[in-house]
Formats: sequence, structure tokens, C-alpha cells
Amino acid sequence: MAYFPSTFPAVAPTLDDRHFWELCAARRLCFQRCVNCKTFRHPPAPFCPRCQSLASDWVEAPTVATIFSFTVVYHPSHSDAISAVPYNVVLVEFESCSGVRLVSNVIDESVDALTVGARVELAWDAGTGGQWLPRFRLLRLKQT
Amino acid sequence: MSHSALLAKQPCIVGIGQTEFTKWGHILDRSEFQLAAQAVVSAAADAGLPCSEIDGFASYANDASEPSLMQIALGAKQVRFASMVWGGGGGGACAAVAHAAAAVTSGLANYAVAYRSLCQGQSFRYGQAHAWAPGKNFIHPFGLFSPPQMMALIVRRHMAEYGTLPEHLASVALACSANAGRNPNAVMRDRPLTLERYLASRMIADPLRLYDCCLESDGACAVLVTTYERACDLSGVAVPILAAGQGSEGGWGTGPLAGFNMPADVFCSGNAGTLARELYARAGITSADVNVAQFYDDFTGMVLMSLEDFGFCDRGEGGPFAASGQIAWPHGSLPINTSGGNLAEAYIHGFNLVLEAVRQMRGTSTSQVANAKICLATGGPAIGPTSALILGGA
Repeated sequence: MAYFPSTFPAVAPTLDDRHFWELCAARRLCFQRCVNCKTFRHPPAPFCPRCQSLASDWVEAPTVATIFSFTVVYHPSHSDAISAVPYNVVLVEFESCSGVRLVSNVIDESVDALTVGARVELAWDAGTGGQWLPRFRLLRLKQT
Repeated sequence: MSHSALLAKQPCIVGIGQTEFTKWGHILDRSEFQLAAQAVVSAAADAGLPCSEIDGFASYANDASEPSLMQIALGAKQVRFASMVWGGGGGGACAAVAHAAAAVTSGLANYAVAYRSLCQGQSFRYGQAHAWAPGKNFIHPFGLFSPPQMMALIVRRHMAEYGTLPEHLASVALACSANAGRNPNAVMRDRPLTLERYLASRMIADPLRLYDCCLESDGACAVLVTTYERACDLSGVAVPILAAGQGSEGGWGTGPLAGFNMPADVFCSGNAGTLARELYARAGITSADVNVAQFYDDFTGMVLMSLEDFGFCDRGEGGPFAASGQIAWPHGSLPINTSGGNLAEAYIHGFNLVLEAVRQMRGTSTSQVANAKICLATGGPAIGPTSALILGGA
């Protein structure tokens, strides 16, 4: 079941970010990386912030990331969010990709379980219009 | 330029004006534009300047009261300077004053007015989602729509990194509330806050509760800016703008408005550390010289980070500093938001903070800091670019 109602705002790709969403549609989470200096950047942008090169490629992100910060939204500030509260928003960090951060959600989880520093694992979730969106689940370390 | 020539070109605020402040949606008998003009007219009257002489206009946040409309309303003989600050929200509050100051110092205008009018019942509420948000693809489908939700992510990180507590956030809300209680123009003048009520208030976006969030208000504010030499011919009490400007940390970009990919070492900040150092240098002062400050208080937690950005305490120490009583009027070392601020006076996109800074320097605040000689005011934190200004004694 999708984390948000099907009436939620849809992704409306722009010339700068459409490839990110095309890859997501194929359930591939990739970040843009400068071909010249290998610095990752997000959200997608035409120029490398480090060397201003226009040349970029797309590199598959690790499936595990870390919660850099999070909030739990109780007051909906969008009409489509009224039935969704309370819900969480997490900021996840990909250390091996120049520390790129992604705004997302942790699905199937009590909001009480979230902590800064927790490890999360990629879990594709259906967004509005059938667009696959990168969301996450808390990673539970297996007992050995 | 000689010292006297420099002094002659020193920008000053020589008039302030405002309308009444109300809860949002309560001013319906006059247009947002009429309020803007009313505030400008009263600023000109305070300065002792005929409105027809105003030849410069500056605002921010896409204020709808355009100079072309203002010229007719005021009977201005000519419009020589018209400026709209880039960047959404209150980040441009002090920048509008900076632009006006730059205009009069450079001669692009003789008398520049900076203003902001807000009728959220007639236009829209800033606390709601908007279609024009930059980078919205990376936030809206994930439920991140409004400023409290965005700033909650920064405040949460500050709590995790530095141990900042709800009681620390509360100290900002309580200081503003107490100041509003002495201000007859404050929307919350008769609604004193207690720590118990703060802690019991509902969560908006954890860790931000209702009383961590600014008001939503209707009203308008204006300041009239001219040079020291022109101010000498006017009856208004001139307050020198010692420094004013805009700033944004390297790599900040759109910051919390889109992907939150600002550099890790400034993530927990108001995006104003470099700006603060620059303004202090230009004013020839340090943070120790500042007697009173008006911090853009959209959210309590961001005020704690502004205290850090502007050097009143070390990074991460904003919470304990605020909770120690240092920010409270009258005995703290740095009373803040002495009119009640965005949290308790009114949310006129932070321009009411600029007016209060002027009153402190004129000695006319309802929470006057004794012998105050330097006042700091800031624009919306964590916006790129943000802005700030430093005023000297009248």
C-alpha cells in the first residue's frame, strides 16, 4: 500500500531532473555525478557545483542510507495530506555519494521508531500517476 | 572621499510607519495595497517628508504593491529606483532596507522607502503548500510542503547533534510573549504564554509545536531611508544603518526549500555565519557591542541558530544560552525581539522587526533596553540568500 493517498502531488519532471525520475520509473535510484571531478550532486542540476562541468553521468546509489534528520508531520499544510497525518519525512544521507541527501519517508513504521543515525534500506513505493518513488524501511540488524 | 563626505552619504532610517496588526484574514475592508500605502504615508509623516518626494521603492517576497501603483497612490513626482529582492519568504526583509540604503548612498534615489504589506486572507497563507516552490519534485511527493516542516528537519538535527531541548526552544517563545505583553500593537498582547502551555501545545511538525511557529497576520510596515545629509533637513529622528546586506553560505543553494544538500558544517545554521562576520566588519563592531537584537523568528529553533551565527554563543550553544535568561528583557545580556517578534507581535514577514530595531535606537520601544547603542535585525534564516542589518544609536 502506498505511503500517501493517490491524490498527492505528482512528480512533474523538468528538463533538469527528468532523467532522475526516468530511472526511478525503472526502480533505479541513481544520483547525478560529475564526469570530470566525480562529485555527486542532488537535486539534479546542469552544472557541477565544484568544477562547473556540464558533463554528468548517473550512478546507482547504495540501497542502504542513514537518517540525517526527520520530522513527524501532525498538522497538514496541504489538503491532500489531511488523511495522511501523522506521517514522517526523513532526510537520508548517502555517505559514499559525496554525502548526498534525499528527502523521503520511512514506510510501514511507527513514527516513534525513528532516530537520527538509524540505517534505512531502499523500498520502492507507488506515487501519484504510477511513478515509483524511493522510500525506505528501517534496517533491522540480524541477530547473530 | 573625506570623512565628512562619507558621513554625509551615511544611510539612515528617518521614518517608520505601520498599520494595525491583526490575525490573518481579519483585514478585509481595505486592500493589501491600501495597507502598503498607509504604512508608507505614515513613515513619510514620521520623517517629516512630503510623500511626493519619495523616489525609491524596495520590497521583497514578491510583494504585490508595485512601485507603479505606489507612485500614483503617493503622488510621487518620479520613480528613480525600484527593487524587488530575489528569493522567497522573509529572507529578504533586511535586504530590502539594504537595497534602499545602497540606492540613497549611491545617488540612485534621494528618499527610498522599503515596505512589506501582507493580507493573507486576500492573497495566500505562507504556511501552506505552494505550486511555485523550487525543487518541489523532491519535497512535495514526500509530504514536505510548508516552512515548519522544512525547518523541523534542521531543528531536529540541531537537537541530535547538540542536545538542544524543547525547554530551550520554549525560552524563545516565552521571551517574545513577555515582550508582546508590553506592546499595545501586538496581536498576542493579552495572551501570555507559560512553559506549561507551551509544552502542552499541539505538535505541528515534530519537534516544532504550535508555539514554536510564528503567527500568521495581516498588516503593513514601511521605513523611509535617506542619507545623513538629507536627514538633517527632516524632522524625523535619524537612525544610522551601520551595515546591511545579503549573504548565503557556499553551497547553500536553495537549502531547505529543495533537497537539503547544504554543506554539513553549516546544515544546523541560519545560513548567516559569513554574513554576520561581514556586517560586523563593515560596522566596525563585534557581537559584544550589540545591545539588543531582533531575530527573524519564524520558528524558535532557528532563533537559537541565529544566536550562534551572529556570534553570541558557540555553535550548538544556542539552546543553553537562550534558556539561561540572556535573551530576556530587561536583564539579559542580549534582549531579543522586544516588540514580540513574528512569534507574538505580528508576522509582517519580519519587517515589523526592522521597525522595532529603529524604535530601540530611538529609545521608544515598549521594552526599551537601557542605553542601547547598537541593534541587530535579521531576515528569514536558512533562506538563500538571507539578510541582516545593524543600526546605530539615533
